[in-house]
Amino acid sequence: MIALENVTKRYGAQTVVDDVSIRFGQEGVTALIGPNGAGKTTLFSLVGRLVRPDAGRVTVGGLDITRTPSAELAKVLAVLRQDNHVAARLTVHDLVEFGRFPHSRGRLTVEDREHIERAIGYLDLGPFRHRFLDELSGGQRQRAFIAMVLAQDTKYVLLDEPLNNLDLRHMTEIMRLVRRMADELGKRVITVLHDVNFAATWSDRIVAMRDGAVVADAPAREIMRPEVLAAVYDTDVDVREIDGRPVALYYG
Amino acid sequence: MTALDRPLTSTPALPRPTRRTWVGVLVGVLLAVLAVTSLFVGVSDVSPVSVLRGGADGDAAFLLVASRIPRTVAVVLVGASLGIAGLILQMLVRNKFVEPSTTGVTEFATLGALVTMVFFPGMAVLGKMGVAAAFGLLGTWVFLRVVRVVPVRQLVLVPLVGIMLGGVVAAVTTFVAYRLDLLQSLQQWSQGSFATVMQGRYEFLWIAGLMVVVAWVAADRFSVIGMGEEFATNLGLDHRRVVAVGMVIVAVITAAVLVTAGIVPFLGLVVPNVVSLIIGDNVRRAIPWVAGLGAVLILACDLLARVVRMPYEIPLSVIVGAVGAVLFLWLLLRRGSRAH
Repeated sequence: MIALENVTKRYGAQTVVDDVSIRFGQEGVTALIGPNGAGKTTLFSLVGRLVRPDAGRVTVGGLDITRTPSAELAKVLAVLRQDNHVAARLTVHDLVEFGRFPHSRGRLTVEDREHIERAIGYLDLGPFRHRFLDELSGGQRQRAFIAMVLAQDTKYVLLDEPLNNLDLRHMTEIMRLVRRMADELGKRVITVLHDVNFAATWSDRIVAMRDGAVVADAPAREIMRPEVLAAVYDTDVDVREIDGRPVALYYG
Repeated sequence: MTALDRPLTSTPALPRPTRRTWVGVLVGVLLAVLAVTSLFVGVSDVSPVSVLRGGADGDAAFLLVASRIPRTVAVVLVGASLGIAGLILQMLVRNKFVEPSTTGVTEFATLGALVTMVFFPGMAVLGKMGVAAAFGLLGTWVFLRVVRVVPVRQLVLVPLVGIMLGGVVAAVTTFVAYRLDLLQSLQQWSQGSFATVMQGRYEFLWIAGLMVVVAWVAADRFSVIGMGEEFATNLGLDHRRVVAVGMVIVAVITAAVLVTAGIVPFLGLVVPNVVSLIIGDNVRRAIPWVAGLGAVLILACDLLARVVRMPYEIPLSVIVGAVGAVLFLWLLLRRGSRAH
């Protein structure tokens, strides 16, 4: 369980996360949606101990993140940020190997190697394992990063906009993968998504943020309503039922 | 998940490691050949034959032990450790264009050495090195602070800021030296050269060698740091501590090289970049390469410095500067064309 209790974060005079209390971890996949500047990424940074809250408490699996050693937290929580412009020329294998760092501290055991092989296999990265990241396509690179997170072998996985800069096919691939991670491996994935249709299709629960606060939190189907989406995004959104699935139309 | 990306048709996945092995063997052989050559090149006649003929007490054997071996060892240590200093600094700053002399670290260390010349003229070399290292550490810290306001993506701006910072510090050093009439001796010893290296006057370079070992032990941590603070935090790494260790490595290597061989520019920049192109940025894998290639490059430059104007020597920094600058330009233009 990831729990935030009355968490507030300010940057100067601006409050980016405003007294938020929420729990994650019951559902397999939770989508975090909301307009730009709603505080989604800051919320992730708070949980991922990248920024300290000005008020409130964050716990991951019962561990208070301000008191627990970072190395311990790294075994239960993995965070993948949105802009992984890793300049370093690392191979896919190197990257996945670094995912084991919280467990191995640099000395790989047999078990570590098994995790690495499994993660590479799970993401079909075998043929690319000796490629440098800067030689991969966007979709392949994103899969390499997810493989690293898998190798980290944590129960909780936070993905910040994993679909950024991907084309349709790769977006679907990544979401299918996220679903499998939750269903087959028992991970609890929380992911920031901008496309509400992807959120509705692949997640169990949608949390909507706006102006630093959680404004809606419900199973996907209940969020996919014109009035709810209009309130979240401050723009008209039409929702139609197609083949029994709600589809938001917001292309103008 | 059957139709995930198929491998691209162009580069097959396997041959690369084999090719790397061959390049690695080549670097090793080159290192051995150059090191042996370095033992037997010089004004005095020292050759395997003359050493054997003269016996253990002969002139040739004496020269070999007192001058040629120390010189060769010093050159290898300087080449290897400067490369590593550059590599570690590049990981800390996450920028491929930095090394001690493009970040102000060398200039700060030089200022430190001048301070010992002024206030403690009789100080032993170890003390001088310690003060230079402390100043180098200060320089690294100042640079890291200044660079924090430069956007990470502004690749070329970072070394530019460092060079300007170094320029300011160097100006202060020159001014002080000028006022105290120390300019000439400052220039003399800061000019990179191995001509004065002898038994008993190079041993501090082993401290730089020790730093290479430290870097190797902590290699994975530097790789992770190279992926950014957020990445490091996610993997449970204490970012600040690793940065602190890296700063010490860089400062101590810079100072040790400075007090024994003077300023050797560009090496720390060029070598890690070339290695990065061949085998990538995994620090654990890169370290032996950077050390080996750094040693090869500087051995070759030092040999050239000895041979070009025989029986005189030209300063090593002149040759390394020329070779390094050309390689630097090539890397700069090459990277630039790829990035945009």
